[in-house]
Amino acid sequence: MSVTADDSLKTVVLNDEHIRLGGRMVPFSGYRLPVQYPTGIIAEHKWTREHAGLFDVSHMGPSLLILNNKSGDPERDHAAIAALVEPLVTADIVGLKPGQMRYTLLLNDEGGTRDDLMIERPDSPAWAGSLYIIVNAGTKDADWAHIAAATKGRATLHRADDGGLLALQGPEAAAVAEALVPGVSELGFMTCRSFEWDGTGLIISRSGYTGEDGFEILVEAGRAAALWNALLADPRVKPIGLGARDSLRLEAGLPLYGHDLDDTVSPIEAGLNFAVSKRRREAKDFPGAGRVLAEMTGQLTRARVGLFVEGAPARENATIFDMHGTGIGRVTSGGFSPSLNRAIALGFVTPGHTAPGTQLQVEVRGRMQRATVTALPFVPHRYVRKAS
Amino acid sequence: MTTRFTEDHEYIRLDGTIGVVGITNYAQDQLGDIVFVELPSVGQKLKKGDEAAVVESVKAASEIYSPASGTVIEVNTALTGEPGLINSSPDDEGWIYKLRLDNAAELDTLMDEAAYKKHTA
Repeated sequence: MSVTADDSLKTVVLNDEHIRLGGRMVPFSGYRLPVQYPTGIIAEHKWTREHAGLFDVSHMGPSLLILNNKSGDPERDHAAIAALVEPLVTADIVGLKPGQMRYTLLLNDEGGTRDDLMIERPDSPAWAGSLYIIVNAGTKDADWAHIAAATKGRATLHRADDGGLLALQGPEAAAVAEALVPGVSELGFMTCRSFEWDGTGLIISRSGYTGEDGFEILVEAGRAAALWNALLADPRVKPIGLGARDSLRLEAGLPLYGHDLDDTVSPIEAGLNFAVSKRRREAKDFPGAGRVLAEMTGQLTRARVGLFVEGAPARENATIFDMHGTGIGRVTSGGFSPSLNRAIALGFVTPGHTAPGTQLQVEVRGRMQRATVTALPFVPHRYVRKAS
Repeated sequence: MTTRFTEDHEYIRLDGTIGVVGITNYAQDQLGDIVFVELPSVGQKLKKGDEAAVVESVKAASEIYSPASGTVIEVNTALTGEPGLINSSPDDEGWIYKLRLDNAAELDTLMDEAAYKKHTA
Protein backbone atom coordinates (compact mmCIF):
# COMPACT_ATOMS: atom_id res chain seq x y z
CA MET A 1 0.00 0.00 0.00
CA SER A 2 2.90 2.35 0.52
CA VAL A 3 4.00 4.64 -2.25
CA THR A 4 7.68 4.29 -2.96
CA ALA A 5 9.75 7.19 -4.12
CA ASP A 6 10.07 7.16 -7.89
CA ASP A 7 12.50 9.63 -9.34
CA SER A 8 11.05 9.26 -12.83
CA LEU A 9 7.93 11.10 -11.65
CA LYS A 10 7.64 14.79 -12.40
CA THR A 11 6.44 17.26 -9.81
CA VAL A 12 3.94 20.05 -10.33
CA VAL A 13 4.77 23.64 -9.39
CA LEU A 14 2.48 23.33 -6.35
CA ASN A 15 4.21 20.21 -5.03
CA ASP A 16 5.42 21.92 -1.84
CA GLU A 17 1.93 23.29 -1.17
CA HIS A 18 0.40 19.80 -1.42
CA ILE A 19 2.98 18.39 0.98
CA ARG A 20 2.46 21.27 3.41
CA LEU A 21 -1.31 20.61 3.33
CA GLY A 22 -0.76 16.93 4.12
CA GLY A 23 -1.68 15.72 0.63
CA ARG A 24 -1.10 12.02 0.04
CA MET A 25 1.10 12.05 -3.02
CA VAL A 26 0.64 9.26 -5.57
CA PRO A 27 1.90 8.64 -9.11
CA PHE A 28 -0.60 9.80 -11.73
CA SER A 29 0.04 10.26 -15.46
CA GLY A 30 3.78 10.59 -14.85
CA TYR A 31 3.39 13.16 -12.05
CA ARG A 32 3.37 13.05 -8.28
CA LEU A 33 -0.03 14.41 -7.25
CA PRO A 34 -2.28 14.44 -4.16
CA VAL A 35 -4.98 11.76 -4.23
CA GLN A 36 -6.47 13.29 -1.09
CA TYR A 37 -5.75 15.62 1.81
CA PRO A 38 -6.22 14.63 5.48
CA THR A 39 -10.00 15.15 5.53
CA GLY A 40 -10.45 12.39 2.95
CA ILE A 41 -12.19 11.85 -0.38
CA ILE A 42 -15.80 11.84 0.83
CA ALA A 43 -15.46 15.09 2.80
CA GLU A 44 -13.62 16.73 -0.13
CA HIS A 45 -16.27 15.54 -2.57
CA LYS A 46 -19.13 16.88 -0.46
CA TRP A 47 -17.33 20.17 0.17
CA THR A 48 -17.05 20.75 -3.57
CA ARG A 49 -20.77 20.04 -4.09
CA GLU A 50 -21.70 22.44 -1.26
CA HIS A 51 -19.02 25.16 -1.28
CA ALA A 52 -15.89 25.52 -3.45
CA GLY A 53 -13.14 23.00 -4.09
CA LEU A 54 -9.69 23.94 -5.36
CA PHE A 55 -7.94 21.44 -7.63
CA ASP A 56 -4.40 21.47 -8.95
CA VAL A 57 -4.63 20.25 -12.54
CA SER A 58 -1.19 21.51 -13.56
CA HIS A 59 -0.31 18.04 -14.89
CA MET A 60 -2.72 18.59 -17.77
CA GLY A 61 -1.62 19.90 -21.12
CA PRO A 62 -2.39 23.53 -21.89
CA SER A 63 -0.79 24.73 -25.11
CA LEU A 64 -1.00 27.56 -27.59
CA LEU A 65 -1.08 26.98 -31.33
CA ILE A 66 -0.05 30.11 -33.23
CA LEU A 67 -0.39 30.81 -36.93
CA ASN A 68 3.02 31.41 -38.54
CA ASN A 69 2.08 34.04 -41.13
CA LYS A 70 -0.59 36.32 -39.76
CA SER A 71 -2.41 38.73 -42.05
CA GLY A 72 -3.23 41.12 -39.19
CA ASP A 73 -6.95 40.74 -39.85
CA PRO A 74 -8.33 38.98 -36.72
CA GLU A 75 -11.19 37.18 -38.48
CA ARG A 76 -9.04 36.03 -41.37
CA ASP A 77 -6.30 34.83 -39.02
CA HIS A 78 -8.80 32.96 -36.84
CA ALA A 79 -10.30 31.31 -39.91
CA ALA A 80 -6.81 30.28 -41.01
CA ILE A 81 -5.76 28.69 -37.71
CA ALA A 82 -9.19 27.06 -37.29
CA ALA A 83 -8.94 25.54 -40.75
CA LEU A 84 -5.64 23.92 -39.76
CA VAL A 85 -7.09 22.30 -36.63
CA GLU A 86 -10.57 21.37 -37.82
CA PRO A 87 -9.46 18.36 -39.90
CA LEU A 88 -8.24 16.73 -36.65
CA VAL A 89 -11.32 17.27 -34.46
CA THR A 90 -15.13 17.17 -34.50
CA ALA A 91 -15.99 20.70 -33.38
CA ASP A 92 -16.82 23.87 -35.28
CA ILE A 93 -13.59 25.78 -34.60
CA VAL A 94 -14.04 28.28 -37.42
CA GLY A 95 -17.28 29.43 -35.79
CA LEU A 96 -15.73 30.16 -32.39
CA LYS A 97 -16.23 33.77 -31.33
CA PRO A 98 -13.46 35.55 -29.42
CA GLY A 99 -13.39 34.13 -25.88
CA GLN A 100 -15.48 31.09 -26.75
CA MET A 101 -14.36 27.53 -26.11
CA ARG A 102 -15.54 24.07 -27.06
CA TYR A 103 -15.15 20.55 -25.75
CA THR A 104 -14.10 18.39 -28.66
CA LEU A 105 -12.49 15.10 -29.65
CA LEU A 106 -9.24 14.41 -31.43
CA LEU A 107 -10.05 11.41 -33.63
CA ASN A 108 -7.98 8.83 -35.50
CA ASP A 109 -8.76 7.78 -39.06
CA GLU A 110 -11.03 5.01 -37.77
CA GLY A 111 -13.14 7.48 -35.80
CA GLY A 112 -11.66 6.30 -32.49
CA THR A 113 -10.77 8.87 -29.86
CA ARG A 114 -7.13 9.89 -29.52
CA ASP A 115 -8.14 12.31 -26.77
CA ASP A 116 -10.87 14.60 -25.51
CA LEU A 117 -9.85 18.23 -25.16
CA MET A 118 -10.82 21.89 -24.92
CA ILE A 119 -10.13 24.37 -27.71
CA GLU A 120 -10.48 28.08 -26.96
CA ARG A 121 -10.28 31.16 -29.13
CA PRO A 122 -8.45 33.90 -27.19
CA ASP A 123 -10.62 36.92 -26.48
CA SER A 124 -8.05 39.55 -27.36
CA PRO A 125 -7.74 40.60 -31.04
CA ALA A 126 -3.97 40.78 -30.44
CA TRP A 127 -4.05 36.98 -30.12
CA ALA A 128 -6.16 36.34 -33.22
CA GLY A 129 -4.68 33.49 -35.20
CA SER A 130 -4.01 31.52 -32.02
CA LEU A 131 -5.90 28.78 -30.21
CA TYR A 132 -5.57 27.54 -26.65
CA ILE A 133 -5.62 23.76 -26.77
CA ILE A 134 -5.88 21.93 -23.44
CA VAL A 135 -5.36 18.18 -23.59
CA ASN A 136 -5.13 15.35 -21.06
CA ALA A 137 -1.97 14.68 -19.08
CA GLY A 138 -1.48 11.08 -20.18
CA THR A 139 -1.86 11.88 -23.86
CA LYS A 140 -0.27 15.31 -24.14
CA ASP A 141 3.02 14.35 -25.76
CA ALA A 142 1.28 12.24 -28.41
CA ASP A 143 -1.44 14.87 -28.99
CA TRP A 144 1.03 17.70 -29.38
CA ALA A 145 3.20 15.70 -31.77
CA HIS A 146 0.07 14.88 -33.79
CA ILE A 147 -1.14 18.50 -33.90
CA ALA A 148 2.34 19.86 -34.62
CA ALA A 149 2.85 17.39 -37.49
CA ALA A 150 -0.55 18.20 -39.01
CA THR A 151 0.04 21.97 -38.90
CA LYS A 152 3.79 21.92 -39.66
CA GLY A 153 5.11 24.94 -41.49
CA ARG A 154 1.83 26.81 -41.08
CA ALA A 155 1.49 27.06 -37.30
CA THR A 156 3.69 26.51 -34.26
CA LEU A 157 2.64 24.69 -31.11
CA HIS A 158 3.89 26.06 -27.80
CA ARG A 159 3.38 23.82 -24.80
CA ALA A 160 2.40 25.76 -21.66
CA ASP A 161 2.43 22.92 -19.13
CA ASP A 162 5.29 24.30 -17.05
CA GLY A 163 3.03 26.65 -15.09
CA GLY A 164 0.02 26.24 -12.84
CA LEU A 165 -3.46 25.22 -13.91
CA LEU A 166 -6.00 25.49 -11.09
CA ALA A 167 -9.67 24.55 -11.08
CA LEU A 168 -12.10 26.17 -8.66
CA GLN A 169 -15.41 24.30 -8.62
CA GLY A 170 -18.63 24.43 -6.68
CA PRO A 171 -21.68 26.60 -5.97
CA GLU A 172 -19.56 29.20 -4.14
CA ALA A 173 -16.79 29.26 -6.76
CA ALA A 174 -18.11 32.36 -8.53
CA ALA A 175 -18.35 34.43 -5.34
CA VAL A 176 -14.88 33.33 -4.26
CA ALA A 177 -13.31 34.08 -7.64
CA GLU A 178 -15.08 37.41 -7.98
CA ALA A 179 -13.64 38.58 -4.64
CA LEU A 180 -10.14 37.94 -5.95
CA VAL A 181 -10.55 38.75 -9.65
CA PRO A 182 -13.32 41.32 -10.15
CA GLY A 183 -15.35 40.71 -13.30
CA VAL A 184 -14.70 37.00 -13.52
CA SER A 185 -18.24 36.05 -12.49
CA GLU A 186 -19.50 37.76 -15.66
CA LEU A 187 -17.91 35.05 -17.80
CA GLY A 188 -20.51 32.83 -19.47
CA PHE A 189 -20.24 29.05 -19.32
CA MET A 190 -17.62 27.79 -21.79
CA THR A 191 -16.06 31.18 -22.37
CA CYS A 192 -12.62 32.45 -21.37
CA ARG A 193 -10.82 35.76 -20.97
CA SER A 194 -7.53 37.24 -19.81
CA PHE A 195 -7.63 38.82 -16.37
CA GLU A 196 -5.11 40.43 -14.09
CA TRP A 197 -4.64 39.45 -10.48
CA ASP A 198 -2.09 41.21 -8.27
CA GLY A 199 -0.06 42.27 -11.30
CA THR A 200 -0.09 38.80 -12.86
CA GLY A 201 -1.90 37.86 -16.06
CA LEU A 202 -4.32 34.95 -15.78
CA ILE A 203 -6.31 33.12 -18.42
CA ILE A 204 -9.60 32.09 -16.86
CA SER A 205 -12.33 29.96 -18.37
CA ARG A 206 -15.74 29.12 -16.93
CA SER A 207 -15.61 25.37 -17.19
CA GLY A 208 -14.71 22.30 -15.22
CA TYR A 209 -14.91 18.57 -14.66
CA THR A 210 -17.24 18.21 -11.67
CA GLY A 211 -20.67 19.15 -13.02
CA GLU A 212 -20.60 22.27 -10.84
CA ASP A 213 -20.20 25.89 -11.81
CA GLY A 214 -16.57 26.92 -11.72
CA PHE A 215 -13.40 28.14 -13.35
CA GLU A 216 -10.09 26.90 -14.69
CA ILE A 217 -7.21 29.31 -14.23
CA LEU A 218 -3.88 29.29 -16.05
CA VAL A 219 -1.14 31.08 -14.11
CA GLU A 220 2.61 31.41 -14.60
CA ALA A 221 4.77 29.06 -12.51
CA GLY A 222 6.26 31.77 -10.31
CA ARG A 223 2.83 32.99 -9.13
CA ALA A 224 1.00 29.66 -8.94
CA ALA A 225 1.60 29.11 -5.22
CA ALA A 226 0.60 32.68 -4.36
CA LEU A 227 -2.68 32.32 -6.27
CA TRP A 228 -3.33 28.86 -4.79
CA ASN A 229 -2.86 30.24 -1.28
CA ALA A 230 -4.90 33.37 -1.97
CA LEU A 231 -7.82 31.15 -3.01
CA LEU A 232 -7.36 28.84 -0.01
CA ALA A 233 -7.38 31.84 2.33
CA ASP A 234 -11.12 32.11 1.63
CA PRO A 235 -12.93 29.94 4.20
CA ARG A 236 -15.33 28.74 1.48
CA VAL A 237 -12.43 26.99 -0.29
CA LYS A 238 -10.72 23.68 0.52
CA PRO A 239 -8.09 21.79 -1.47
CA ILE A 240 -9.42 18.72 -3.29
CA GLY A 241 -7.36 15.75 -4.48
CA LEU A 242 -7.55 13.41 -7.45
CA GLY A 243 -9.77 10.93 -5.61
CA ALA A 244 -12.67 13.35 -5.26
CA ARG A 245 -11.98 14.75 -8.71
CA ASP A 246 -12.71 11.26 -10.04
CA SER A 247 -15.83 10.67 -7.93
CA LEU A 248 -17.17 14.13 -8.85
CA ARG A 249 -16.71 13.62 -12.59
CA LEU A 250 -18.18 10.12 -12.35
CA GLU A 251 -21.35 11.50 -10.70
CA ALA A 252 -21.45 14.15 -13.45
CA GLY A 253 -21.34 11.33 -16.04
CA LEU A 254 -18.24 12.80 -17.66
CA PRO A 255 -15.92 10.35 -19.43
CA LEU A 256 -12.31 9.86 -18.33
CA TYR A 257 -9.83 9.36 -21.15
CA GLY A 258 -8.04 6.00 -20.99
CA HIS A 259 -11.06 4.47 -19.26
CA ASP A 260 -14.39 5.53 -20.80
CA LEU A 261 -12.70 6.77 -23.97
CA ASP A 262 -9.82 5.27 -25.91
CA ASP A 263 -8.60 4.98 -29.48
CA THR A 264 -11.28 2.39 -30.30
CA VAL A 265 -14.25 4.34 -28.89
CA SER A 266 -16.10 6.73 -31.19
CA PRO A 267 -17.85 9.90 -30.01
CA ILE A 268 -21.23 8.34 -30.79
CA GLU A 269 -20.51 5.15 -28.84
CA ALA A 270 -19.47 7.38 -25.93
CA GLY A 271 -22.73 9.36 -26.17
CA LEU A 272 -20.86 12.55 -27.04
CA ASN A 273 -22.95 13.37 -30.12
CA PHE A 274 -23.13 17.00 -28.99
CA ALA A 275 -19.37 17.27 -29.55
CA VAL A 276 -19.77 16.53 -33.29
CA SER A 277 -20.86 19.86 -34.75
CA LYS A 278 -23.75 20.06 -37.20
CA ARG A 279 -21.65 21.79 -39.83
CA ARG A 280 -18.92 19.16 -39.55
CA ARG A 281 -21.50 16.34 -39.84
CA GLU A 282 -22.85 17.86 -43.02
CA ALA A 283 -19.37 18.44 -44.42
CA LYS A 284 -18.25 14.91 -43.36
CA ASP A 285 -14.75 16.37 -43.07
CA PHE A 286 -13.40 14.93 -39.80
CA PRO A 287 -11.38 11.73 -39.29
CA GLY A 288 -13.47 8.55 -39.34
CA ALA A 289 -16.54 10.50 -40.52
CA GLY A 290 -17.87 7.44 -42.38
CA ARG A 291 -18.05 5.35 -39.22
CA VAL A 292 -19.23 8.18 -36.98
CA LEU A 293 -22.05 9.23 -39.30
CA ALA A 294 -23.19 5.62 -39.80
CA GLU A 295 -23.32 5.22 -36.03
CA MET A 296 -25.43 8.37 -35.80
CA THR A 297 -28.06 6.73 -38.00
CA GLY A 298 -28.26 3.82 -35.57
CA GLN A 299 -25.55 1.44 -36.76
CA LEU A 300 -24.00 1.15 -33.31
CA THR A 301 -22.39 -1.95 -31.84
CA ARG A 302 -22.07 -0.56 -28.31
CA ALA A 303 -23.02 2.52 -26.35
CA ARG A 304 -22.04 4.11 -23.07
CA VAL A 305 -24.56 3.90 -20.24
CA GLY A 306 -24.78 4.86 -16.59
CA LEU A 307 -25.59 2.16 -14.05
CA PHE A 308 -26.86 2.14 -10.50
CA VAL A 309 -25.24 -0.93 -8.98
CA GLU A 310 -26.78 -2.73 -5.99
CA GLY A 311 -24.28 -3.60 -3.27
CA ALA A 312 -20.52 -3.48 -3.74
CA PRO A 313 -19.08 -1.06 -6.30
CA ALA A 314 -18.45 -2.62 -9.72
CA ARG A 315 -15.00 -1.48 -10.80
CA GLU A 316 -13.43 -0.99 -14.22
CA ASN A 317 -13.53 -4.15 -16.37
CA ALA A 318 -16.36 -5.84 -14.44
CA THR A 319 -18.47 -7.74 -16.99
CA ILE A 320 -22.05 -6.57 -17.58
CA PHE A 321 -24.72 -9.24 -18.25
CA ASP A 322 -28.35 -9.13 -19.28
CA MET A 323 -30.92 -10.86 -17.05
CA HIS A 324 -30.44 -14.12 -18.98
CA GLY A 325 -26.76 -14.20 -18.06
CA THR A 326 -25.44 -13.24 -21.50
CA GLY A 327 -22.40 -10.98 -21.40
CA ILE A 328 -23.25 -7.67 -23.10
CA GLY A 329 -20.43 -5.34 -22.10
CA ARG A 330 -18.09 -4.10 -19.41
CA VAL A 331 -17.72 -1.39 -16.82
CA THR A 332 -15.20 1.32 -17.78
CA SER A 333 -15.41 3.48 -14.61
CA GLY A 334 -17.04 2.37 -11.42
CA GLY A 335 -17.07 3.44 -7.83
CA PHE A 336 -19.00 4.91 -5.00
CA SER A 337 -21.07 8.07 -5.24
CA PRO A 338 -20.64 10.14 -2.06
CA SER A 339 -23.61 12.35 -3.02
CA LEU A 340 -26.00 9.45 -3.61
CA ASN A 341 -24.43 7.06 -1.08
CA ARG A 342 -24.52 4.14 -3.51
CA ALA A 343 -22.42 2.42 -6.15
CA ILE A 344 -22.50 3.90 -9.66
CA ALA A 345 -20.70 2.96 -12.87
CA LEU A 346 -20.18 3.90 -16.48
CA GLY A 347 -19.90 1.11 -19.00
CA PHE A 348 -20.46 0.05 -22.57
CA VAL A 349 -23.23 -2.36 -23.55
CA THR A 350 -24.64 -3.69 -26.81
CA PRO A 351 -27.65 -1.87 -28.33
CA GLY A 352 -31.03 -2.79 -26.90
CA HIS A 353 -29.82 -2.44 -23.32
CA THR A 354 -29.39 1.30 -23.11
CA ALA A 355 -32.86 2.54 -22.12
CA PRO A 356 -33.05 3.97 -18.60
CA GLY A 357 -34.72 1.46 -16.30
CA THR A 358 -33.29 -1.59 -18.10
CA GLN A 359 -32.40 -4.26 -15.53
CA LEU A 360 -28.93 -5.75 -15.93
CA GLN A 361 -26.36 -7.60 -13.84
CA VAL A 362 -22.67 -6.98 -13.15
CA GLU A 363 -20.20 -9.57 -11.95
CA VAL A 364 -18.28 -8.57 -8.84
CA ARG A 365 -15.88 -11.11 -7.37
CA GLY A 366 -17.61 -13.99 -9.12
CA ARG A 367 -21.12 -13.05 -8.05
CA MET A 368 -23.92 -11.37 -9.95
CA GLN A 369 -25.25 -8.06 -8.62
CA ARG A 370 -28.26 -6.19 -9.91
CA ALA A 371 -27.70 -3.04 -11.92
CA THR A 372 -30.16 -0.58 -13.48
CA VAL A 373 -29.46 1.56 -16.51
CA THR A 374 -29.78 5.20 -15.46
CA ALA A 375 -29.92 8.45 -17.40
CA LEU A 376 -26.73 10.52 -17.15
CA PRO A 377 -25.63 12.54 -15.31
CA PHE A 378 -26.17 10.70 -12.01
CA VAL A 379 -26.10 14.08 -10.23
CA PRO A 380 -27.55 17.05 -12.18
CA HIS A 381 -25.09 19.52 -13.67
CA ARG A 382 -25.27 23.02 -12.21
CA TYR A 383 -23.43 24.97 -14.87
CA VAL A 384 -24.22 28.67 -14.96
CA ARG A 385 -25.41 29.37 -18.45
CA LYS A 386 -25.79 32.99 -19.40
CA ALA A 387 -25.92 34.87 -22.64
CA SER A 388 -22.43 35.96 -23.59
CA MET B 1 -5.46 -9.87 25.76
CA THR B 2 -2.85 -10.42 23.09
CA THR B 3 -3.00 -8.78 19.70
CA ARG B 4 -1.02 -10.02 16.71
CA PHE B 5 -0.51 -8.44 13.29
CA THR B 6 0.00 -9.64 9.71
CA GLU B 7 2.24 -8.05 7.12
CA ASP B 8 -0.94 -7.16 5.21
CA HIS B 9 -2.16 -5.05 8.15
CA GLU B 10 -4.87 -7.28 9.62
CA TYR B 11 -4.95 -7.60 13.39
CA ILE B 12 -6.24 -10.49 15.48
CA ARG B 13 -7.01 -9.87 19.13
CA LEU B 14 -7.00 -13.02 21.17
CA ASP B 15 -9.67 -13.64 23.82
CA GLY B 16 -9.22 -17.24 24.98
CA THR B 17 -9.79 -19.38 21.87
CA ILE B 18 -11.66 -16.58 20.07
CA GLY B 19 -9.86 -14.16 17.78
CA VAL B 20 -11.34 -10.77 16.80
CA VAL B 21 -10.15 -9.74 13.33
CA GLY B 22 -10.00 -6.28 11.79
CA ILE B 23 -7.62 -3.97 9.94
CA THR B 24 -5.15 -1.73 11.69
CA ASN B 25 -5.33 2.01 12.09
CA TYR B 26 -2.40 2.27 9.66
CA ALA B 27 -4.38 0.27 7.07
CA GLN B 28 -7.57 2.29 7.38
CA ASP B 29 -5.57 5.50 7.06
CA GLN B 30 -3.85 4.21 3.91
CA LEU B 31 -7.13 3.03 2.36
CA GLY B 32 -9.07 6.20 3.08
CA ASP B 33 -12.86 6.38 3.43
CA ILE B 34 -14.35 2.86 3.55
CA VAL B 35 -17.65 2.72 1.65
CA PHE B 36 -18.50 -1.00 1.56
CA VAL B 37 -17.57 -4.13 3.49
CA GLU B 38 -18.19 -7.66 2.31
CA LEU B 39 -18.37 -9.86 5.42
CA PRO B 40 -17.70 -13.60 5.70
CA SER B 41 -20.60 -15.92 6.65
CA VAL B 42 -21.12 -17.17 10.16
CA GLY B 43 -20.07 -20.82 10.21
CA GLN B 44 -17.59 -20.33 7.36
CA LYS B 45 -14.33 -22.24 7.85
CA LEU B 46 -11.20 -20.28 7.02
CA LYS B 47 -7.59 -21.36 6.66
CA LYS B 48 -4.87 -18.93 7.59
CA GLY B 49 -4.32 -16.69 4.54
CA ASP B 50 -7.76 -17.33 3.02
CA GLU B 51 -9.67 -14.33 1.71
CA ALA B 52 -12.15 -13.63 4.48
CA ALA B 53 -13.66 -10.23 3.66
CA VAL B 54 -13.38 -7.34 1.24
CA VAL B 55 -13.07 -3.73 2.28
CA GLU B 56 -13.83 -1.14 -0.40
CA SER B 57 -12.65 2.44 -0.29
CA VAL B 58 -13.85 5.10 -2.73
CA LYS B 59 -10.93 4.19 -4.98
CA ALA B 60 -10.45 0.43 -4.73
CA ALA B 61 -11.30 -2.95 -3.21
CA SER B 62 -8.90 -4.61 -0.76
CA GLU B 63 -9.05 -8.24 0.29
CA ILE B 64 -8.80 -9.10 3.97
CA TYR B 65 -6.93 -12.36 4.57
CA SER B 66 -7.61 -14.41 7.65
CA PRO B 67 -4.69 -14.10 10.10
CA ALA B 68 -5.47 -17.58 11.47
CA SER B 69 -7.45 -20.77 10.73
CA GLY B 70 -10.79 -21.38 12.35
CA THR B 71 -14.57 -21.02 12.12
CA VAL B 72 -16.34 -17.65 11.84
CA ILE B 73 -18.66 -17.35 14.85
CA GLU B 74 -19.80 -13.74 14.48
CA VAL B 75 -19.56 -10.91 11.95
CA ASN B 76 -19.89 -7.18 12.56
CA THR B 77 -23.20 -6.46 10.85
CA ALA B 78 -22.99 -2.81 11.93
CA LEU B 79 -20.45 -2.37 9.09
CA THR B 80 -23.18 -3.04 6.51
CA GLY B 81 -24.93 0.20 7.35
CA GLU B 82 -21.90 2.09 8.56
CA PRO B 83 -18.71 0.91 6.84
CA GLY B 84 -16.96 4.08 8.02
CA LEU B 85 -16.69 2.52 11.52
CA ILE B 86 -13.49 0.94 10.18
CA ASN B 87 -12.08 4.44 9.71
CA SER B 88 -13.35 5.96 12.93
CA SER B 89 -12.72 2.99 15.21
CA PRO B 90 -10.62 0.29 13.53
CA ASP B 91 -9.64 -1.47 16.77
CA ASP B 92 -12.99 -1.37 18.48
CA GLU B 93 -16.34 -0.74 16.75
CA GLY B 94 -14.79 -1.40 13.34
CA TRP B 95 -13.90 -5.06 13.97
CA ILE B 96 -14.85 -7.33 11.05
CA TYR B 97 -15.34 -10.92 12.29
CA LYS B 98 -14.73 -13.26 15.21
CA LEU B 99 -13.03 -16.57 14.69
CA ARG B 100 -12.97 -19.73 16.87
CA LEU B 101 -9.35 -20.66 16.38
CA ASP B 102 -8.30 -24.12 15.27
CA ASN B 103 -4.82 -23.71 16.65
CA ALA B 104 -3.77 -20.74 18.74
CA ALA B 105 -0.12 -21.65 18.12
CA GLU B 106 -0.56 -20.33 14.55
CA LEU B 107 -0.43 -16.83 15.97
CA ASP B 108 3.19 -17.31 17.01
CA THR B 109 4.27 -16.65 13.41
CA LEU B 110 2.54 -13.22 13.41
CA MET B 111 4.04 -9.94 14.57
CA ASP B 112 3.57 -8.53 18.02
CA GLU B 113 2.86 -4.84 18.48
CA ALA B 114 6.52 -3.80 18.63
CA ALA B 115 7.35 -5.72 15.44
CA TYR B 116 4.30 -4.32 13.65
CA LYS B 117 5.26 -0.79 14.62
CA LYS B 118 8.63 -1.39 13.02
CA HIS B 119 6.93 -2.88 9.95
CA THR B 120 4.91 0.29 9.38
CA ALA B 121 7.62 2.76 10.35
